[in-house]
Amino acid sequence: MTLTLGHFLSLGAILFALSVIGIFLNRKNLIVLLMAIELMLLAVNMNFVAFSYYLNDMRGQIFVFFILTVAAAESAIGLAILVLLFRNKSNINVDELNALKG
Amino acid sequence: MTQTLTASTLLAVPLAPLAGALLAGVFGTAFGGNLIGRRASHSLTILGVFVAFILSAMTLKSVILDGARFSETLYTWMVVGGLRMEVGFLVDGLTAMMMCVVTFVSLMVHIYTIGYMEEDEGYNRFFAYISLFTFSMLMLVMSNNMLQLFFGWEAVGLVSYLLIGFWFNRPTAIFANMKAFLVNRVGDFGFILGIGLIAAYAGTLNYAEAFGKADELSKLVFPGTEWMLVTVICICLFIGAMGKSAQFPLHVWLPDSMEGPTPISALIHAATMVTAGIFMVARMSPLFELSDTALNFIMVIGAITALFMGFLGIIQNDIKRVVAYSTLSQLGYMTVALGASAYSVAVFHLMTHAFFKALLFLAAGSVIMGVHHNQDIRWMGGLRRYMPITWITSLLGSLALIGTPLFSGFYSKDSIIEAVQESHLPGAGFASFAVLAGVFVTAFYSFRLYFLVFHGKERFDQNPDAHHGHHDDHADHHGHHEAHTPHESPWVVTLPLVLLAIPSVILGWMTIDPMLFGDFFKGAIFVDAERHPAMEELAKGFHGPMAMALHALTSLPFILALAGVVVAYYMYMVNPAVPATIKRACQPIYTLLENKYYLDWFNENVLARGARLLGSLLWKVGDRVIIDGAVVNGSWKIVGWVSGLVRWVQTGFIYHYAFAMIAGVFVLMTYFVWHDQFMALVRLVK
Amino acid sequence: MDVKTGLFYFFSAVLLFAGFRVITSRNPVYAALYLVLAFFQAAAIWILLKAEFLAIALVLVYVGAVMVLFLFVVMMLDINIDSMRQGFWKHFPFAAAIGALIALEMAAVLMGGFRLTEEARNSAALVPVVPQFSNTKELGKLLYTEYLYPLEIAAVILLVAIVAAIALTLRQRKDSKHASPSDQVRVKARDRVEIIKMKVTQPVQAEVAAAVVASVEKK
Repeated sequence: MTLTLGHFLSLGAILFALSVIGIFLNRKNLIVLLMAIELMLLAVNMNFVAFSYYLNDMRGQIFVFFILTVAAAESAIGLAILVLLFRNKSNINVDELNALKG
Repeated sequence: MTQTLTASTLLAVPLAPLAGALLAGVFGTAFGGNLIGRRASHSLTILGVFVAFILSAMTLKSVILDGARFSETLYTWMVVGGLRMEVGFLVDGLTAMMMCVVTFVSLMVHIYTIGYMEEDEGYNRFFAYISLFTFSMLMLVMSNNMLQLFFGWEAVGLVSYLLIGFWFNRPTAIFANMKAFLVNRVGDFGFILGIGLIAAYAGTLNYAEAFGKADELSKLVFPGTEWMLVTVICICLFIGAMGKSAQFPLHVWLPDSMEGPTPISALIHAATMVTAGIFMVARMSPLFELSDTALNFIMVIGAITALFMGFLGIIQNDIKRVVAYSTLSQLGYMTVALGASAYSVAVFHLMTHAFFKALLFLAAGSVIMGVHHNQDIRWMGGLRRYMPITWITSLLGSLALIGTPLFSGFYSKDSIIEAVQESHLPGAGFASFAVLAGVFVTAFYSFRLYFLVFHGKERFDQNPDAHHGHHDDHADHHGHHEAHTPHESPWVVTLPLVLLAIPSVILGWMTIDPMLFGDFFKGAIFVDAERHPAMEELAKGFHGPMAMALHALTSLPFILALAGVVVAYYMYMVNPAVPATIKRACQPIYTLLENKYYLDWFNENVLARGARLLGSLLWKVGDRVIIDGAVVNGSWKIVGWVSGLVRWVQTGFIYHYAFAMIAGVFVLMTYFVWHDQFMALVRLVK
Repeated sequence: MDVKTGLFYFFSAVLLFAGFRVITSRNPVYAALYLVLAFFQAAAIWILLKAEFLAIALVLVYVGAVMVLFLFVVMMLDINIDSMRQGFWKHFPFAAAIGALIALEMAAVLMGGFRLTEEARNSAALVPVVPQFSNTKELGKLLYTEYLYPLEIAAVILLVAIVAAIALTLRQRKDSKHASPSDQVRVKARDRVEIIKMKVTQPVQAEVAAAVVASVEKK
């Protein structure tokens, strides 16, 4: 069978779903949470590249370019925050981050 | 001297008494430091009223002899959206006559007060008040627009309140003055509605302009109903007159107003203030002529008042109360005349009544002074020997009141009776019966009073309440050794009596022709002769005052009056046991009369208590529960409660927030993906 | 099945397995390494889609920099692994339900609208398979003309990220001899120097004079 756009899109969908599950499961581990977010971004990028290929439009890849940039910036800052958090609380348990409780 | 009316002379008329009032009121009382004494304050106020009287007399002369008229606005207070609020004077026959009556009676009362209130601490204050009253009444009668009329109206109501409660330490006086003010307020409510309607539909408050639009107004219907607009306006205006002129059922304040000193009963509650309503209706005759319904209403109310108040006068034992009910009854007569479209007759009776009723009140005051402040007629009697001037003037006043031919009251009263008989309105039959029956009743109670006070056995030493009388704070320096001998009053008291008795006798004869059948009220009073032929018929039957008097000797009213006098003579002079027998026989009627038809009971227990309950309800429920509890407290409580609920959303846990985001994304996704199918489904269902 | 499809299935299988292991690994270092694996698979798939510049960029930038950063942080933090795993599987059914829903939703989109286009339809109009064709060049052509402004902004974002990361985590050294230039500039003369007026010569007191003379004479 030939590869259709549908294949790639389902791949992206499953990856995305996986990362959502990951967010829910990892309440005690902030690092894996961040990694799950990276997975989410990867899924989205997959979609963009597939569309770019099948619609013959370069712009999809341009967008991936920018997503990559922003994702890098975001993980840098996210990790910096993580480090600070660990310095103050000596663990990275998401469950305990409820100081903003209303 | 011929003199055309000028603004300054006319301004001086109300302002002179005002100046007197202010000077006496401010500098003569503790308010201004008690700078001037009694002589100064009474002199100032009397001077003010005297000036007003002279100028009013000159004005009347100009109006009669030169045909002078004055109608100008002197000062524009403000203009609001096209509605002009002004101060101005309208002087024609009606105004000039009222000015003279008011100032003359006021002058008499001022002179009288020097003697009557001699021992009172509030001497200066009293003079200030009665001068203030004169000013207010003059502003009322001289005004050329409804706003100034209303100003005068309210001002006389205010001064009446102040004067009824003059002896403010007495709870009965305070009750009476509140009652007067509140009942008047009810009338004023209707009055203001009427004025408002005129302002709304005619766009002006000025008499001349509003009357100019009368024809247009007569075609309009009051919106939302089937009533003609003029009918509603006239009934509303008349409600004001009912309050001020004490017509049934808003009459309840007048007998209570006898709590005030006698001079004011004469001035305000006989001659001037209570006639303001009559004057107002006469002034608004162009409007009233357009509405038969309103005129019928006026006639019926007047008839009820005339007859039933007379009945109440029969059983009163307080000398002032008898005269008060007599006033009510005569006001009813004037109102009946207004209803019959005989406006000039009503005003004519107003004038003659002012003189003889003021005379009767002042004479009653003189009697009260003479018997050392006892007011109960059961403990008087045979006073004619001790107080000759008072006796003679009272007799003249009473004869005028009952309509003895040649006296002034006869001309006005008989004209009313004839006018009612010529009227075609539905209520004319009842009104006619009422005014005729009223003649008998009037004669009866007037002469009951006369015989019990001035004739018969002397009973003043039998009074069980002697010296616990009504006027405890009215320092009685006469001493007890004179307690049992009545004496004539000083000249300051008897002079006004004489001066008032003269017009009571001759004024009717002199003025009936020009006033009723001449041009005196031309331009002031308007009668639609086709629909309301009463005045025309009267004019046809009038052949001069002498002829009228002679003709009356054979007419029904005279016979009824004579019968009344004879019956009173029999019951109180010949056979004094008869009244008691009749009372026992008709006990239920007597109780009904004694309780004044239970109107006072109704007002106090139903209306007043209802109002208090409403107030207390509004306070306890409206204020406390609803406004304080629900709105004020409730608003923050609701905010607190809602925020307590919303607070649950902020758990502080990131994954909760992440979940919320994802769920939101999911919902949005669903919406966008299934949108078309969803819309198709919705359309299918519809 | 041709080679391309087969490769696609192989790479996607490994990718999905790696993704699953990322979220369920006990050891965060393993999770990071599985993520690296996932990125490599994604890069391979992208090369299949003829987006080789992005594939290489993914490997170089993402794996080479970002994942290395992750690994640094993971290894630097002293994490208690066991306590972290408590209650892990408790939430699994719910999470799985959500995940399944999302996946199905996205699939529905496909079934609804995008039942596209086999590769064959587009391939003619596609990318001319010409020796000179370069994905990078095409990308560059578009990026530096039409998307120049977003490019500059992306650069600024990166700058902001650097500054933010440093600003967040910087700790001052206690023994640093750092001086504040603005304080230096603000110094005033009277903070440093105090002028005391004295007479050039002063009369010496008698005892002191005697002692001085005595000491001089001793010498």
